[in-house]
Amino acid sequence: MTTEAHVQHPNYVKIWAILVALLVVSVVGSMSHVRAVLLIAAFGVAVVKAYLVAKNFMHVNVEKRWVPYLLIMCLLFIAILFAGVAPDVMKHSGLNWNKNLASQPAQSGARATTKNE
Amino acid sequence: MSATAKPIANTRSGTGIPTARLITWWVIASEIVIFGGLLASYIMHRIAHPEWAESASHTLTWAGALNTFVLLTSSLCAVLAHQAANAHDGPKAAKLLRLTSLGGLIFLCIKGYEWTLDIREGFVLSSGGFWSFYYTLAGLHGLHVLAGMIILLIVAAEAAKNRELQRVECIGLYWHFVDIVWIFLFPLLYIAR
Amino acid sequence: MSTEIQHAEPGIFRKYFFSTDHKMIAMQYLFTGMAMALIGGFFAYVFRMQLGFPNQNVPGYGIVTPGRYNALVTMHGSIMIFWVAMPVLIAAFGNFLIPLMVGCDDMAFPRINRLSYQIFLLSAIVLLASFLVKGGPFGGAWTAYPPLSASGAYNLTPIGATLWLLAVALEFVAFLLGGINFTVTTMNSRAPGMKMYDIPLVVWMIVLASIIFMASAGPLIAGAVMLLFDQTMSTGFYDPTRGGDPLLWQHLFWFFGHPEVYVVLLPAMGIVAEIVAVFARKKIFGYKTVLYTTWAVGFLSFVVWAHHQFVAGIDPRMANIFSVTTLLISVPITEMVFLYIATLYGGSIHLDTPMLWALGFIAEFMIGGVTGIFLGSSGTDIYLHDTYFVIAHFHYTFVPIAIIAVFAGLTFWYPKMFGRMLNETLGKIHFWGTVIPFNVIFIPLFITGTAGDQRRVYSYAQFAEQSRPALQHLRTTSTIALLVMLSFQFVFLFNFIWSLRNGKRAGLNPWRSATLEWTVPSPPPHGNFAEMPTVYRGPYEYGLPGLADDFLPQNVPD
Repeated sequence: MTTEAHVQHPNYVKIWAILVALLVVSVVGSMSHVRAVLLIAAFGVAVVKAYLVAKNFMHVNVEKRWVPYLLIMCLLFIAILFAGVAPDVMKHSGLNWNKNLASQPAQSGARATTKNE
Repeated sequence: MSATAKPIANTRSGTGIPTARLITWWVIASEIVIFGGLLASYIMHRIAHPEWAESASHTLTWAGALNTFVLLTSSLCAVLAHQAANAHDGPKAAKLLRLTSLGGLIFLCIKGYEWTLDIREGFVLSSGGFWSFYYTLAGLHGLHVLAGMIILLIVAAEAAKNRELQRVECIGLYWHFVDIVWIFLFPLLYIAR
Repeated sequence: MSTEIQHAEPGIFRKYFFSTDHKMIAMQYLFTGMAMALIGGFFAYVFRMQLGFPNQNVPGYGIVTPGRYNALVTMHGSIMIFWVAMPVLIAAFGNFLIPLMVGCDDMAFPRINRLSYQIFLLSAIVLLASFLVKGGPFGGAWTAYPPLSASGAYNLTPIGATLWLLAVALEFVAFLLGGINFTVTTMNSRAPGMKMYDIPLVVWMIVLASIIFMASAGPLIAGAVMLLFDQTMSTGFYDPTRGGDPLLWQHLFWFFGHPEVYVVLLPAMGIVAEIVAVFARKKIFGYKTVLYTTWAVGFLSFVVWAHHQFVAGIDPRMANIFSVTTLLISVPITEMVFLYIATLYGGSIHLDTPMLWALGFIAEFMIGGVTGIFLGSSGTDIYLHDTYFVIAHFHYTFVPIAIIAVFAGLTFWYPKMFGRMLNETLGKIHFWGTVIPFNVIFIPLFITGTAGDQRRVYSYAQFAEQSRPALQHLRTTSTIALLVMLSFQFVFLFNFIWSLRNGKRAGLNPWRSATLEWTVPSPPPHGNFAEMPTVYRGPYEYGLPGLADDFLPQNVPD
């Protein structure tokens, strides 16, 4: 059994309804041809939904302070990973270098290299 | 196995958080870096290969959207179960947990059908960069859904007898995390073009 | 309101194979780790024989072919890091010490603890199974760079490659589970009165190591899934002709690989801290500073990884950044070493065997640390990368971590674990017989490395520009020193086994230490404490004026 007094439970069904409405927004927005609308519909909505789930369903906001900090630290490490790796993996060329093979259209199916195991 | 009595170590709470919930947060933290690593790798490659947009346009958005709806609803059941457990109503919590698990099952069935359609079109794991990531990301997530479903049922079995009710909240937390991962997978795999 | 554990005396299976008692699980990890060390050490013997006496028959093995050589060095590295250093330093010492030192009866989740060992044992079995498959064990180096590791046509050990990957993945799961258990137990299950700064340093270090491991292993687990699919499912995650990038693996691997070295370093430093305090009869100088610098090291360890990739073709601007951060991280580590030395200053030093090992750690690790500077600066690293200089550097850090600190811990806590004292004379012989040859193995390798000897080459005879016959005497010296060092390990094995039955009975607190584990019988019973302790002070109250004795245990009321 839980040991501490709980804050007033919010109306979970209402939160769910908002989440579903946001889902509809993102699907409708995805059909737009304006790039900005598309990106906001897709990722902006995702961030809002994730926040709502974390706050209202997971009660991260009434948890001890360090818990959200720990989770954010983990995201920060992933951001550091991205920052350190993207200059090599995400680009096809830079100062004095080119990724020749990557510039060609990707081949499907069997390997381009010869013998197999 | 040996005594079901818990060690004193399990019952203490130096942080003020019960041990069950504390370990759940650490599990979630470790899962953030696992999925984060895979997602970061995908995002880098996706940005590097704008030509993947062509492959990406073949994913079935309706299936992804329906699955998002299913997971959101199952998350609702999970948090209602937590509310019931808080009120010491074990049998009601168990019923809601089983509904949550059913949601997971429906999710996997829709995915199974969706992947069947994809495979019939010729899109498999080795079909190229986008599809490799697509199946790996969704597959890893699906494994977590499956594991969650099983644990939900185990916790429900105990909760039905009004036992170990603190676990209801914990498995709920895990399930919400799995839901949040999908909330990001949906736009990344289905919407973004 | 808490229930106490009461059982009937368990049968053999329950007691030794299916125990949930943290002390038994610690022993399982310890003995599995020691057994794997014999295997890893044997492999080092074989390939060093090949290097010292090229292309001759190795006694106890046979002829070392190029493929076999690659597998030997791969397995030596993988085994020593994943199946010796981690299980012994983190899982064995962590499991044994944490509940005792924080004053509770077991881990917070004993069954998860048991599961973690079972998964670990499975990982060891999978790895050993790879020795028996067609092609033999994986030969693509412990760093497993694709395309070598992704393609059986290249590495010639296709089944071994996949089994290795699965074994490593299982080992990761085991340590994730175990580490989370340690963290929760330390955070929550402490004795009443034990505040954050009253926790012994070795416990802090093991917990921080577990957290660092958890945060860094995630991306590699993702990368391993991708490599597995490249190996078995014809995907092209790391194949540039199919839209992938081999550099991604390198980054994912080293994003984990660098924090990993601190994952093993921290418990070693924790063990040394405990011993230094006890055998100098002095409080740790700057406990909080040690702690804060450890947090700094932990964080910094996540932003230095690409110093392993300076010659891989990474963006040179990234190389600049990583050089700076790498040189930066040497500062807090050095500070910690200085704090230990400051602890010794003015102390009443007792040169028992554990203290010899602890002092040996400090001296040898410092050599490892300073040689790292040449590798952390990208300019010098361009020359030294992939030479024996690198090997000598990391053995000057890894051997203190995985061997010297482990022996320090074992000789220190053996009385508590087994109820008997180890023989001091044999202990000292073992110490000198390990540390002196260790230096004779690796100092010649600094020299051959600087001269240009390349790593992972089974014989220079095939490569005229590499052969440098004038240096062969150095390579041979290194091999002979290894043989000497390995022979002295039998002294330890004999001491360990003989003392189990014939050592002097240890009593509760033979070293007169202030921490909680020394307040219970040796070995501790199931449930640890007859009466759960309350803590009144920090863990290093030594040499206080006005006391009857020269130390005050944590659980004695004021």
